[in-house]
Amino acid sequence: MTDRVTTPVLDVRGLRRHFPAPSGSVRAVDGVSLTIGPGEVVGLVGESGSGKSTVGRCVVRLDTPTGGEVVIDGTDVTSLSARQMRPLRKKVHLVFQDPSSSLNPRMTIRQIIAEPLRLHGLASRAEASARVDELLRQVGLRPELADRTPHQLSGGQRQRVSIARALSVEPALLVADEPTSALDVSVQASVLNLLADLQKDRGFGCLFITHDLAAVEYLADRIAVMYLGRIVEQAPAGELFADPKHPYTQALLSAAPVPDPRAGRERIVLGGDLPSPLDPPPGCHFHTRCPLATDRCRTEAPELRVLPAAEPGGAPREVACHLVGEDGKAPDARAAA
Amino acid sequence: MTTTAPSPATGAARTGPVLSVRDLTVSFAGPDDTVHAVDGVSYDLAPGEVLAVVGESGCGKSVTSMAVMGLLPPTARIGGSITLDGQELVGADERTWRPLRGRRLSMIFQEPMTSLNPVLTVGRQIAEVLIRHQKLSKKEARARAVELLDLVGIPAPDRRVDEYPHQLSGGMRQRVMIAIAVACDPAVLIADEPTTALDVTVQAGILDVLKNLRDRLGTAIVLITHDLGVVAETADRVLVMYAGRPVEQAPVDELFAAPSHPYTRGLLGAVLRPGSRTKDGRARLNEIPGLVPDLRSRPDACTFAPRCAFAEDDCRGGRPQLRTLAGGHRIACHHPVTPQPEEEVSA
Repeated sequence: MTDRVTTPVLDVRGLRRHFPAPSGSVRAVDGVSLTIGPGEVVGLVGESGSGKSTVGRCVVRLDTPTGGEVVIDGTDVTSLSARQMRPLRKKVHLVFQDPSSSLNPRMTIRQIIAEPLRLHGLASRAEASARVDELLRQVGLRPELADRTPHQLSGGQRQRVSIARALSVEPALLVADEPTSALDVSVQASVLNLLADLQKDRGFGCLFITHDLAAVEYLADRIAVMYLGRIVEQAPAGELFADPKHPYTQALLSAAPVPDPRAGRERIVLGGDLPSPLDPPPGCHFHTRCPLATDRCRTEAPELRVLPAAEPGGAPREVACHLVGEDGKAPDARAAA
Repeated sequence: MTTTAPSPATGAARTGPVLSVRDLTVSFAGPDDTVHAVDGVSYDLAPGEVLAVVGESGCGKSVTSMAVMGLLPPTARIGGSITLDGQELVGADERTWRPLRGRRLSMIFQEPMTSLNPVLTVGRQIAEVLIRHQKLSKKEARARAVELLDLVGIPAPDRRVDEYPHQLSGGMRQRVMIAIAVACDPAVLIADEPTTALDVTVQAGILDVLKNLRDRLGTAIVLITHDLGVVAETADRVLVMYAGRPVEQAPVDELFAAPSHPYTRGLLGAVLRPGSRTKDGRARLNEIPGLVPDLRSRPDACTFAPRCAFAEDDCRGGRPQLRTLAGGHRIACHHPVTPQPEEEVSA
């Protein structure tokens, strides 16, 4: 038996999810590897169609991978049946983007939050009820709200209910798919504060899936950037923002608008559109839009390789780009764009 | 309507505002009560100016714009005044509206897929406006459609003009929407969350197109958004709304540098900024406590008072009127956070 402390709560290796299509297959996720240690928050960032949500759905087994492995807390769940998966569902829970469609409108808040406890047989009715009051307080809601139904709550309150439900069984891993994207700015801030507080107190691992770079910078310890089904770069959050290596990461970070009218900045404007995952370009998937692409990029797919840590003892980072040197020296897409 | 329309200005001076909104109110009567969606909004829009209207869901920013476009349902009760080039639009009949909408006033929406007709080529959809308003022939309209697609930065426009919306990406569809909106060179373009449904790398391109149009055609733009990053990069002036009422209006630099209304400060404080997390951990994000008020009541008080850290008795007992501070800054607050010397308030 390996040491509990070192077992990652999530270990994804070579994950593939190809969807059959009349003319071939849609390669939504094409070889993604990702590890989340206990209590670690990993951000998975990418634009629409990058496959980030499909990774999340495969991890919680709402979807079945067509290749690779998903190991949750030491158990391989890649091809478990729904029945076999059921007892493992208390180890991993999900929070979705839209709380109004992920809460049953005909159940009370108390029933919604207590449901996982009931299904896993973790609490008697009385215990569950007490636990719901406690969970509501922990997510910053008054226990009086327990007897209301979702439509009587605001969007931010509903998202707090989703979080309370997800945490009711104390999962080792929380998968949060765009949990703040449907919320207003001020509400977004309070939900991010809440997630940060809960994560600190309870120490669950978290896969935080989002397109919001500011939110991921705030919450994540480590960030993986996806483009067209593959991870192109992975690094500790601070380093990724300070020194993005992959030309796509550089373009993505430069495009995010900064809430300061005096912030002069140079955007890297990408030409073209995201290519179709039905027929991804050969070589590096990003070469069709990369201002720096060379002949090698157009023919040979770059592997994700480990770069030396920025400082001694620091966490290693990974990048999939031919143009980044062995020493981690990266080209500047800004200069070429 | 509730106000008397000012006499239409003959040959409105080019230096004056192209669009003026005065004390606009929009309410929707229900069986038991009335929702006051917009309550006392005023602004002027100069030619070539980008005014951002900012606020959270339900603050009335979209309803204000629908009123300006004359697109509210008949159940809406509209008061106040909206003038375009001196012509009163509140209470105008459909005959008055028809030559204005799509020609002098245009609008683009958040979701380009639902705004475009899926069974017509984009070329036909652009040509429709030109044939109707500018009486171009089909052939002329098609040629102009190609030019417009080029103007909004669509590559290979002579090929794209014959494609259907589903063949285009989200960003390209929004560019087509913009091409339709500016086809007749409108004086005012209303962009309601034009980049909210788009990815950041695509968003940057769309904002560039809008700024480019403003520079080349002198189009005045009302940009409705909840994204303060977009505001900072695109707007000249900002109107902040809360619960249907205007709370602050200022040039963009001024607003970000010296937000005076406690709500504006709260909103700016809640925005995540680069560097929100350092080696020492996460800085706590500012929240605005409490909830948005119910729009069915229309209190004679500051509607933000229940959530405001600076609220005093007068805030709960009297509705603050918009007043002008230095530097074109307007604010509706009894206790502004960074008080500035009051100027002569010009009507």
